[in-house]
Amino acid sequence: MNTTSKEIRFSDEAMATVNKIIARYPEGRHKSALIPILHLAQAEFGGWLSPETMDHVASILNIQPIEVYEVASFYSMFNLQPVGKCLIEVCQTSSCWLCGAEDIIDHLESKLGISVGETTADGMFTLKTVECLGSCGTAPMLQVGADYHENLTIEKVDNLLDQLKKEDRQSRYC
Amino acid sequence: MSRKLLLKNDHIPGIAGLSVYRQNGGYTVLEETLKKRSADDVIEEVKKSGLRGRGGAGFPTGLKWSFLARPEGVPRYLVCNADESEPGTFKDRYLMERIPHILVEGMIISSYALGANTAYIYIRGEYFYVAKILEKAIDEAYAAGLLGKNILGSGFDLNLYVQVGAGAYICGEETALLESLEGKRGNPRIKPPFPAVAGLYGCPTVVNNVETIAAVVPIMKMGGEEYAKIGIGKSTGTKLISASGHINKPGVYEIELGVPVEEFIYSDQYCGGIKGGRKLKAVVAGGSSVPILPAELILKTAAGEPRLMTYESLGDGGFATGTMLGSGGFIVMDEDTSIVKNLYTFARFYHHESCGQCSPCREGTGWMERILNKILEGKGTLSDIDLLWDIQSKIEGKTICPLGEAAAWPVAAAIRHFRSEFEAYVSNPDSIKDIKHYYRLNQTSN
Ligand SMILES: Cc1cc2nc3c(=O)[nH]c(=O)nc-3n(C[C@H](O)[C@H](O)[C@H](O)COP(=O)(O)O)c2cc1C
Ligand code: SF4
Ligand code: FES
Repeated sequence: MNTTSKEIRFSDEAMATVNKIIARYPEGRHKSALIPILHLAQAEFGGWLSPETMDHVASILNIQPIEVYEVASFYSMFNLQPVGKCLIEVCQTSSCWLCGAEDIIDHLESKLGISVGETTADGMFTLKTVECLGSCGTAPMLQVGADYHENLTIEKVDNLLDQLKKEDRQSRYC
Repeated sequence: MSRKLLLKNDHIPGIAGLSVYRQNGGYTVLEETLKKRSADDVIEEVKKSGLRGRGGAGFPTGLKWSFLARPEGVPRYLVCNADESEPGTFKDRYLMERIPHILVEGMIISSYALGANTAYIYIRGEYFYVAKILEKAIDEAYAAGLLGKNILGSGFDLNLYVQVGAGAYICGEETALLESLEGKRGNPRIKPPFPAVAGLYGCPTVVNNVETIAAVVPIMKMGGEEYAKIGIGKSTGTKLISASGHINKPGVYEIELGVPVEEFIYSDQYCGGIKGGRKLKAVVAGGSSVPILPAELILKTAAGEPRLMTYESLGDGGFATGTMLGSGGFIVMDEDTSIVKNLYTFARFYHHESCGQCSPCREGTGWMERILNKILEGKGTLSDIDLLWDIQSKIEGKTICPLGEAAAWPVAAAIRHFRSEFEAYVSNPDSIKDIKHYYRLNQTSN
């Protein structure tokens, strides 16, 4: 999380990926790379998009910072505030609700000692509710980074929390 | 036994890889097509098949393709819509995850038909792991000469890329998708111009759903006429249905269009009946946007005919007594389900997903969510039900894109068919107390 003090700059490896992404679009259409690059930036710089991170992306794509801010603020997967190491996103829409999503949310709240939208004091977990993630047939479900956890039970959730604590890694989508 | 065209091989180990896909006949249709058929031939075949868009609107695919503008010297694009964010829908994910190469093969054949040399698959950001599966399939296809320059010696070139979104249901709407693909906020465009004339980067573009594009492979294999023999009337071919909710066997089923709804719900071949032997209360048959129907109207039409899984039969009776096939997101609710609470989850969803460009949608979705929340908190009044009806009726036809309608229809249908439940909640707030936990996890183990 402590990325603001460091200079924000993509590593050479990340820059190679950036250039590969830009090559997917016709000449002069490099702005199309914005969303994929924001994903990469979020994963590289602590799980959220600080103003410094967004400015760095703007300079790479040679576009105005406002063009980055307006996109970053539109899409729900971009975090404009710091989040915990593990971002737990629980689906709360119809099919998941029908199959007990509220029990999963209640359990996570009491087990982590936080409410939806909050981060644990040790900075390990942020709990968030999200809308349908296309896993309705294996409801209830939650997502941590790119990983889907489906057909949840209370026991499965407990095991998952233990495992995440053990792994102690920043969750990332890409 | 129902014929399977898309998911025939979904359980073959390794089918996600190129070699096993090819061992099972994969890419022979592409080879044959490039060798023996002209681009116009392919469009003709798709027209004959009667294939209708599988993304929700059901527009005839061949017709859509024939509208594509072809100005000299301007590139044309094919964009696959893999945004799949309509609650209750998860079929595209299943298809892409299990058999990614059928989508890649369909993309190549369709691009050939449309004269597109660049194509994108726009996939919702949450499906990152599926995007990786697709990218691997695409890499394999390039290495085998199935993508890139001069594909299989045909002289046809195609580059295919995967683009990930970042969490926005509205980016499933085709013009919002194109905005997003251009690196902008997903605000739907005012139509016309339609994408067929001015789509991606202002160039002629076709946007099709994953399942639609995959279906082009079996159509070219068997011929449009044969494909059209499956199904009933204007509902031809097979359809992937995502089944969820209170059923014994949730999952993705490929059905021949025309299966009776009752058979789909109760047969062991499909949903396997309601969990715990409970009674059926209601079904949302085509994703969150379509009208909910009570058991008696989903099993039989108002005229007493068995309801079938077709565009026409599900639509029979209009919105008064019917619904829509939509995206094929089939959500089943048992006798204990609170229709009002379920509706609230939809209302919250649409409020969250409105892009905010049009006042009736931006404000209306917020109002509907808040009123439903008030009713569920036990503070509702009878006039709130009328207010809810009034608000939903003022959205339809007054917005840039159909999300506004998609938000209004479920509210209208729930009040139309379950008004007494709303009334019970406002006249006896105590009855609401147990909703939240009426369906505890330990009950679902059955
Ligand atoms: C709010 C909204 C969301 C949509 N979401 C999707 C989607 O996730 N996937 C999809 O294929 N079509 C979606 N559509 C329909 C598309 O706009 C478009 O009609 C479709 O991609 C066309 O492909 P098809 O003719 O093959 O169905 C959505 C439409 C609206 C209004
Ligand atoms: S109807 Fe809603 S989602 Fe569609 S453009 Fe208008 S405000 Fe945006
Ligand atoms: S409703 Fe939760 S994944 Fe679809």
